[in-house]
Amino acid sequence: MKWFALIAVVITGSLLIYGVSDFPDWGDAQSPANAGAKSSTGEPIGESVSQFYITETGRLTHVPNLVTAVLADYRGYDTMFETVVIFAAGMAIFAILRVLREDKHTLGPPAKDTTADGDHGRIIVGTTCKILIPVIQLFSLYVVAHGHYSPGGGFQGGVMLGASFILLAVAKDLGSALTWFTEKRFMTLACVGILIYAGFGLMAQFLQRHFLDYGVLHVILPKTDEVMARSHSMLGVEIGVAFTVTAIMFAIYANLSSRGELKRGL
Amino acid sequence: MIPIFDYIILIFMVIAAIISLKVKDLLSASMVFGIYSFLICLLWAEMGAVDVAFTEAAVGAGVSAVFLIATVYNTKRRSSD
Repeated sequence: MKWFALIAVVITGSLLIYGVSDFPDWGDAQSPANAGAKSSTGEPIGESVSQFYITETGRLTHVPNLVTAVLADYRGYDTMFETVVIFAAGMAIFAILRVLREDKHTLGPPAKDTTADGDHGRIIVGTTCKILIPVIQLFSLYVVAHGHYSPGGGFQGGVMLGASFILLAVAKDLGSALTWFTEKRFMTLACVGILIYAGFGLMAQFLQRHFLDYGVLHVILPKTDEVMARSHSMLGVEIGVAFTVTAIMFAIYANLSSRGELKRGL
Repeated sequence: MIPIFDYIILIFMVIAAIISLKVKDLLSASMVFGIYSFLICLLWAEMGAVDVAFTEAAVGAGVSAVFLIATVYNTKRRSSD
């Protein structure tokens, strides 16, 4: 069986490396993305994507960070379903691990910390986390809100915000993280995030444009033109992504560490 | 892009990958996997893909290492092969 697995891995690996050999070099100016697609005789067919993004994004969307503009606007449909994938991952973990019925075989009460430095360790870790967690949360909100001006955005900020709750759960116990971030709240937050994203798309559709064509939202958003409406809508969908990712990250940790009982974690 | 820096990171990545597969203690394996994620994050930051590097640092090195450790604590710590 081991030999069979080895052969399968070697074949897959060599196929992947063979596939990569067809890629253009890193930073190649003549690659299709940078120079535009060419037909087999070398005549250009169609415009270069990179060129368009670099020259037109600032003018059309007023977003300096091209990556966010591509992610949330030009390829908004992809990002929406990326968020749905994360949501689905959380639901899968929930469906597999969560124990909804009270069972006789559940774990007993939490084991007492009998190590010699138990109390001192708790004081140091607890104090550190008390100082660190607000800073992490503030920084993660900055990452979300500043995502279209600097590196960052909904995914990164959401993961950091979720990680701050995970840190609380690791440092104290899962129960104290769950008293504020209850199961009902994080499940609602995960759904609300996707609804925000899809809502922006549907609003554009109600205003007689394509799904996720944010430009038209200047009709609803006050004091904006078509360009600023795209910028603001990008912030809106990033906030939606951050909601879902925060909730799902914490949900996955809570279910994994407590074997789906959501009572006590590590 | 600095070639020597690239090669150093890539060599360390291969070493980290082999260690995380070979080590018997699954907790150490997940820690080494976190190191692997940080190395690839460094590589991306150095190639100029800062957004991807940020995501890798947050998701790959941060949260998924925590998920793996949480799973190791709830299963068994020693790997059988």
